[in-house]
Amino acid sequence: MGLDAIVLILVATVAASVPLILAALGELVVEKSGVLNLGVEGMMAVGAIVAFAVAVETQQLSLAALAGALAGALMSLIFAFITLTLMANQVATGLALTLFGTGLSAFLGLKYTSVALDGAKAMTIPILSDIPVLGKLLFSYNGFVYFAVLVFLAISWFLYRSRAGLVLRAIGESPSSAHALGASVIKVRYLAVLFGGAMAGLAGAYLSTAYTPLWAEGMIAGRGWIALALVVFATWRPARVLIGALLFGGVTIAQFHVQGIGIEIPAQFLSMLPYLATILVLVVISRDAGLIRLNAPASLGQPFHKQGH
Amino acid sequence: MNPTARLELRGITKHYPSVVANQAIDLVVQAGEIHAVLGENGAGKSTLMKIIYGVVKPDAGEMLWNGAPLKIQNPAQARQLGIGMVFQHFSLFETLTVTQNIALALEKNTDSQDLSQRIREISERYGLTLEPARLVHSLSVGERQRVEIVRCLLQAPKLLIMDEPTSVLTPQAVRKLFETLRRLSDEGCSILYVSHKLDEIRELCHKATVLRAGQVIGSTDPREKSARELAEMMIGSRLPSFEKRELQNTGDIRLEVKQLSRRADDPFGTPLQAINLQVRSGEIVGIAGVSGNGQQELMTALSGEYLDKSAKQVRGDILLKGKSVLGLAADQRRQQGLRFVPEERLGRGAVPAMSLSLNALLTGYDSGLSPKRFINYHTIHQFAATCIEKFRVKCNSPYSEARSLSGGNVQKFIVGRELMLHPEVLLVAQPTWGVDVGAAVFIRQALLDLRAQGIAILVVSEELDELFEICDRIAVIYQGQLSEAQPVNETNREAIGLLMGGAGFAKQEQAV
Repeated sequence: MGLDAIVLILVATVAASVPLILAALGELVVEKSGVLNLGVEGMMAVGAIVAFAVAVETQQLSLAALAGALAGALMSLIFAFITLTLMANQVATGLALTLFGTGLSAFLGLKYTSVALDGAKAMTIPILSDIPVLGKLLFSYNGFVYFAVLVFLAISWFLYRSRAGLVLRAIGESPSSAHALGASVIKVRYLAVLFGGAMAGLAGAYLSTAYTPLWAEGMIAGRGWIALALVVFATWRPARVLIGALLFGGVTIAQFHVQGIGIEIPAQFLSMLPYLATILVLVVISRDAGLIRLNAPASLGQPFHKQGH
Repeated sequence: MNPTARLELRGITKHYPSVVANQAIDLVVQAGEIHAVLGENGAGKSTLMKIIYGVVKPDAGEMLWNGAPLKIQNPAQARQLGIGMVFQHFSLFETLTVTQNIALALEKNTDSQDLSQRIREISERYGLTLEPARLVHSLSVGERQRVEIVRCLLQAPKLLIMDEPTSVLTPQAVRKLFETLRRLSDEGCSILYVSHKLDEIRELCHKATVLRAGQVIGSTDPREKSARELAEMMIGSRLPSFEKRELQNTGDIRLEVKQLSRRADDPFGTPLQAINLQVRSGEIVGIAGVSGNGQQELMTALSGEYLDKSAKQVRGDILLKGKSVLGLAADQRRQQGLRFVPEERLGRGAVPAMSLSLNALLTGYDSGLSPKRFINYHTIHQFAATCIEKFRVKCNSPYSEARSLSGGNVQKFIVGRELMLHPEVLLVAQPTWGVDVGAAVFIRQALLDLRAQGIAILVVSEELDELFEICDRIAVIYQGQLSEAQPVNETNREAIGLLMGGAGFAKQEQAV
């Protein structure tokens, strides 16, 4: 295998991991605030079809991405209202959101099933993109990829360097203590859930307008669930989410190549591989119970009742 | 005297759906005054403090701050006025550092270098040693309280609310805390001191307001009253008298722990190191210690909740009536006559959502409550009813859910249940924690009666008074090590307090 082939595989790996990076980092912020939103898959699906529809109708890809993010945020607003204002069970509501999102996206997508779309193109950056090997490896992507990197940096900074991030983590650990200190638990959780929804919607938009520019029912293919698993197995740390997502992308691409070479393994087993490998590796690196206790939001999934109001 | 009080409450009332927490409370706190708020559990002390601190909104009544009427909307506003609160259950975030915890309570974004410096200054000035960069989960309970206090002091409070501040401290730490509080009071800071420990209030406070069932019973100068008089104001009746125990001959060794070592339950727990202990028939052995020093690990190892069959993580031996039970599970140990009252009532001692009858079945199923593995509702109902009557559990019926009872009543039921199941060895963790004074006397008496019947009893408690009252011998647990049990008449509170603070424990054992 030549250098070019390796570069191609690596580039494809990054492309395959972007939706997971976006959705999982969004969910990480949500869970750090103590809310468990299992609706990622559904929000991604709705983000995907809305972005695809906007792209087809307007031919404006950045507008489409924005619409996808907005659609995801709107979906998460339903979730936030039910779980944070009405204080319903988060697990049940999240599952319902996934079912709702999957169905809604199929319904919205009826007339877009066999429509072709010119997907997002790689942005060429003068000089940088022309550097041999490195230029291809680092500077040959579409806008989503660079945005995902930005999101990663921003979230890492926000959670561990800013006061607002500190408040968010404190709320995730003990909402009643944070409330006693004067933090607005419900407001912060609303914002976190909306951010998570927007990220999931954007991840969906990437899938339908950049990764494979088409709409097909069920095209999210469980990536929302993998994003959820990534957050847990990455022990709620952004860098590990990134590693897990790249790993998933890498195995996804590798199994295509294995199939291409013609090794006799059932295709179904190969399609299973990325999911299996990601979970296995993350389980192994997250065995340390101390790290989990330190990073897991202690109030995850528990509703917060204000006293005496 | 200052004509305008620092804080004045007039007719503060707060109703919850099922109870009246506060009914027309009047309270006046002068500048620089240390004012005790005294009352039993459920008397409404905590609710009143939360109202002053803005966590809870009152239904009626008004508050005056330095003479001016005031409505406190939230804790942030209270802090701006100069009201600080140190909570009974600390409101700290375990996974954050001391500095981060304190930064969260400050209004503005503060430079963390700057803040660490200020924390050092304040803690030195008031003798509250603290290391700003440490993670809170690695701090002892006393240190955590210091974080809370320093957090309040950084905002130069005019009124400091302390909710049961000494319940987790060693006697020596209590004395240090009192020095700090007196110093604050001299500087003009008023202190609302919520407690049920009468001796402390008599030593520290200038004035005491007594609450009972949500109402003010009266105000008094605690320095002029005896502890007994204050207690009777608090419970509204004569204190039940306590039958003095006599030394009695002890019998065979019922429970023996030999060189027991085990890992901690979780990364924030304490591993046990070579623990030796004997409890004989007819004696009560007490284990004193500040919480988090391995009590939980010891109790779960003894009860059989924590089990390691491959013996990799548990070393040493546990003998029940001379036979090793190390590999036996909790139910097997129960069949051998071991009974257990855990510290955590709802969740470990009882299932919150189940009725009292069914909760009786949980540990009693092998003692005739479910013959042939079928549930006989009549039998368990009667068992529960007897327990409720005998131990004066306040509840509607044996069908009441465990969670509908107050903490003290759940505890009475659990203790009663275990006592009725004919223990030969009884383990009790925090027998009277959160139980009102009358019930506490009752539970202690029940333990003493059991001792007279020749039962071997091991009590883990943070209340030194309680241990000295009922125990024959007292040992101290500190960082997973257990001191030798001393007969009560050969030791005193001072010596036990020093051990609780770690004095006299071999350092080299810790390194192993």
